Amino acid sequence: MTDTARNPDSKAKAMKRLKKRRAADGRFRFYGLSAILTALGALAVLVITIGSQALSAATYHVVNYDITLDPAVIAPEGAGRPEDIGRNVEGFYGLVRDNLLETFPEAAEDRASRREVADFVTRLAVLPTAQMVAKQPELVGTRITLTAPLNDDLDLYLKGQGVRERKLDVGAIASIKGEAEGGYRVTGAGAFDAVVAAMAVAAADLPADAPEPSVLLTAGPSTGRLTEISAGSAHLELLTGKIRDFARLQSKARLIVALESERTISDQQIAWTLALKDMDRIDRVPRTTLLTNSDSTYPELAGGLAAIVGSLLTMLITALVAMPIGILAAVYLEEFAPKNRVTEFIEVNINNLAAVPSIVFGLLGAALYINFLGMPRSAPLVGGLVLALMTFPVVIIASRAALKAVPPSVRSGALAVGASQMQTVFHHVVPLAAPGILTGAILGMARALGESAPLLLIGMVAFVGDVPRSPTDESTVMPVLIFSWSNNAERAWEPLTSAMIIVLLAFLLLMNGLVVFLRRKYERRW
Amino acid sequence: MLQQLGQLPMGWLLIALIAVFGSSAFFLGRMRAERLLMSTTGRMHSRPNYHGYYVAMWATVPVLVIAFAYAVFGETLTRGQLERELPSSFSRLSPVELQSYFDSVRLAAGSAASAGADRVFEAITNRYLELRGLVNAATLVILGLVAAFGIFWGQSRLKSDFRARALVENGMELVLFLCAGVAIATTAGIVLSLLYESLLFFQKVSAWDFLTGTRWNAQTEAEFGALPLFFGTFMIALIAMLVAAPIGLFSAIFLSEYASPTARAWIKPILEILAGIPTVVYGFFALLVVAPGIRSASIWINETAIQLGLASEPILAAQPTSALAAGLVMGIMVIPFVSSLSDDVINAVPQTLRDAAYALGATKSETVQQVVVPAALPGIIAALLLAVSRAIGETMIVVMAAGKSARISMDPTSDLTTITVQIVSLMTGETGFDDPKTLSAFALGLVLFTVTLAFNVVALRVVKKYREKYD
Repeated sequence: MTDTARNPDSKAKAMKRLKKRRAADGRFRFYGLSAILTALGALAVLVITIGSQALSAATYHVVNYDITLDPAVIAPEGAGRPEDIGRNVEGFYGLVRDNLLETFPEAAEDRASRREVADFVTRLAVLPTAQMVAKQPELVGTRITLTAPLNDDLDLYLKGQGVRERKLDVGAIASIKGEAEGGYRVTGAGAFDAVVAAMAVAAADLPADAPEPSVLLTAGPSTGRLTEISAGSAHLELLTGKIRDFARLQSKARLIVALESERTISDQQIAWTLALKDMDRIDRVPRTTLLTNSDSTYPELAGGLAAIVGSLLTMLITALVAMPIGILAAVYLEEFAPKNRVTEFIEVNINNLAAVPSIVFGLLGAALYINFLGMPRSAPLVGGLVLALMTFPVVIIASRAALKAVPPSVRSGALAVGASQMQTVFHHVVPLAAPGILTGAILGMARALGESAPLLLIGMVAFVGDVPRSPTDESTVMPVLIFSWSNNAERAWEPLTSAMIIVLLAFLLLMNGLVVFLRRKYERRW
Repeated sequence: MLQQLGQLPMGWLLIALIAVFGSSAFFLGRMRAERLLMSTTGRMHSRPNYHGYYVAMWATVPVLVIAFAYAVFGETLTRGQLERELPSSFSRLSPVELQSYFDSVRLAAGSAASAGADRVFEAITNRYLELRGLVNAATLVILGLVAAFGIFWGQSRLKSDFRARALVENGMELVLFLCAGVAIATTAGIVLSLLYESLLFFQKVSAWDFLTGTRWNAQTEAEFGALPLFFGTFMIALIAMLVAAPIGLFSAIFLSEYASPTARAWIKPILEILAGIPTVVYGFFALLVVAPGIRSASIWINETAIQLGLASEPILAAQPTSALAAGLVMGIMVIPFVSSLSDDVINAVPQTLRDAAYALGATKSETVQQVVVPAALPGIIAALLLAVSRAIGETMIVVMAAGKSARISMDPTSDLTTITVQIVSLMTGETGFDDPKTLSAFALGLVLFTVTLAFNVVALRVVKKYREKYD
């Protein structure tokens, strides 16, 4: 008989305590689960925010301009050679601007509106077309459709990300009358009820002395600005198009709370953009320029080609240096090294190098390669060498694990039939360990591909507009490009940076996928 | 003629020459060995291929040494001679200016289109090309002679009882050893370069002022008191560890003690994705999402505190970039370092210890808390130390999200700067190596290297000891 059975009182106590202990157990389990969920949740938030941003930058708006390639503008006297045409950005840009002025005659009135309409397209955006025409000179004199990306802020507006607006239904407009001081008086019974209500809601959030928000009224290709709005009538100032459209077509109002003076785009530009959209001259197309253009100061033209090529060149150098040295060092340490102090010192060094902060390698690169050896700054050669020093300890550690996994019977068998130690290792052990060595090397390279800190120190952060052709050209790499873009102030860079991150992650995923594939296919358990 | 030689693509040429010398030496050696094989009655000691390798070794190794010497000293030699020949007006230039002048000369020489530049520049460029051509020609001639002599010498030693294989294998082993020695060379390179530049720095600024000064204004004024940087680094690493240590540890415990094998097989790789994401992505995430979130949260806290009458002025700094944002995101990044290492050590605790605890009636959580974790404690501490060292050395997250103002402030929503942020901002842009600004980056690097090294050495030692205990 035990104590508990004899004393019912203490048994009840024990049961109570057990209950408590079980509850504590449950709580402990819950802590563990919530820790995991927190970590996974953080990962999910990161992926979702960057993914959704990138998705919005995956497409962008381009405007079609039907222009006639007037020889007098495109290939004037004395500058008609193909290479001159390919450089004639001013001429092509002039044609595009003329086309816009033709579409929107009101823009020609004063300098300010000319500048506003010119903002629609960046000068350099016509360069691809200029180069295409230079290659096919027979196009000069014909009518072609030039496609150029829309200004980045207007692009964001059309995507609903830049300037916030509320779209409101407007009732039938009964009459439109011209007013003495200019503009029109539009009336209709209860036509502007929704607008008035929405303005009241918006005004509640604003300080009392805030200026009136912009209200735009759009009908087909025509847009005007509404003021003095009451439920049944309002004053309309025509921004673009024809006044009769408002009588003919169903109108829609847009309420933009942000003040015009604080926006990057004006009401006038919004009106023109909406008109172009209504004329079906604006298309939303995939942003392939992200992979085919090089860096630019204009977000709508910027792409990552130079950085991708720079990354590939850098990785090439890293692979050429780190993989042979790492693998041979691993072979030495695992198969040949005597157990002595030198070997031990090497091993301690390797383990420590794998944990040295990457930026220290950048300092080493700056002092050794650039200052002492006089190698060029910003070059993939130097970047690759710096990353190689960082990567080869990782390669050694992975290769040693792979070599260790080859059973000793393989070695004994080879030695027994008379192979020398060198032959045993290079004819039998290394080939058997090759898949493991390779996967370790690829993982090391993947780490190097995402590294940016040491490269900042050797000058790879410079703006690079040209695709590097050799490892000694000035260049940048993908992670550093992401860093540079994230420093830019304009709002349009944010989604673009996210898109570039997705490109980088795609490369990393590819490398890791290769590792998984190699492991599945060749991994062997002894 | 010399100028054309100066424009040779020497890198590719040298690689091609070494390949040609090596392969031709190999075939010559093998042919000779095969002939020997025909003429001798007995057996050769080594197979013909090894004779080939032997000759190739003689042909390439000295050539490689010369090519390496050319790569390291060729440019310096040319510039040294050119500097001696420069007109006396150039002696006014500082070494940095002279170097950038030579860089532009080199660039102009490479493009071979220096039209439009001034006459002096063009003359110097031409002279530079001539000198380079001289060096190139000399190198090529020496290279050819050495290779020919190597082939001849190697060939002459081949005999039927020549132990070519043993010699080739010894040579190979030496190559392998040298590859392993690169690890020592790298460490030595890091230590020497950091020490050398730091010593130059400490000649200008006293080490004591550097380590204990509280004013850091390296960019504008020459104030090099690094204490605020140490504080910022410590603060951000502390925040990161406050996030990563509990989450990482509890994740490890849950995965190794509670989770089903299937859940474990799924969750573990997903957690390790966190370690594979480039740090610049974390930095962007901190900048885009976390920092604005923390800013609005702290503004809200300020407003509520004032409304409730708890404070008369804002309590939190609520800056757009903050130590808290950088620390939180860094904590997320460090989670897998804590969790996967802790997971390993927890798994290494022998099952018998757990069984004994269960047999005494302990619940699972009691077993974990009172048996498993204490048994695994050294390993867990090592994991935490490695994570701290990772957090201290992390660069991109703090560069993008922590700010640049060197101050000592307990408020986590103010922007603090770290050692790594300052290294980056001192080393980017125009830098000359005689400027105390640049040199101070190396002094900071030395501190960073020493601290992380100490953490790593201790952690690796603990892990090693611990392994021995349960193996």
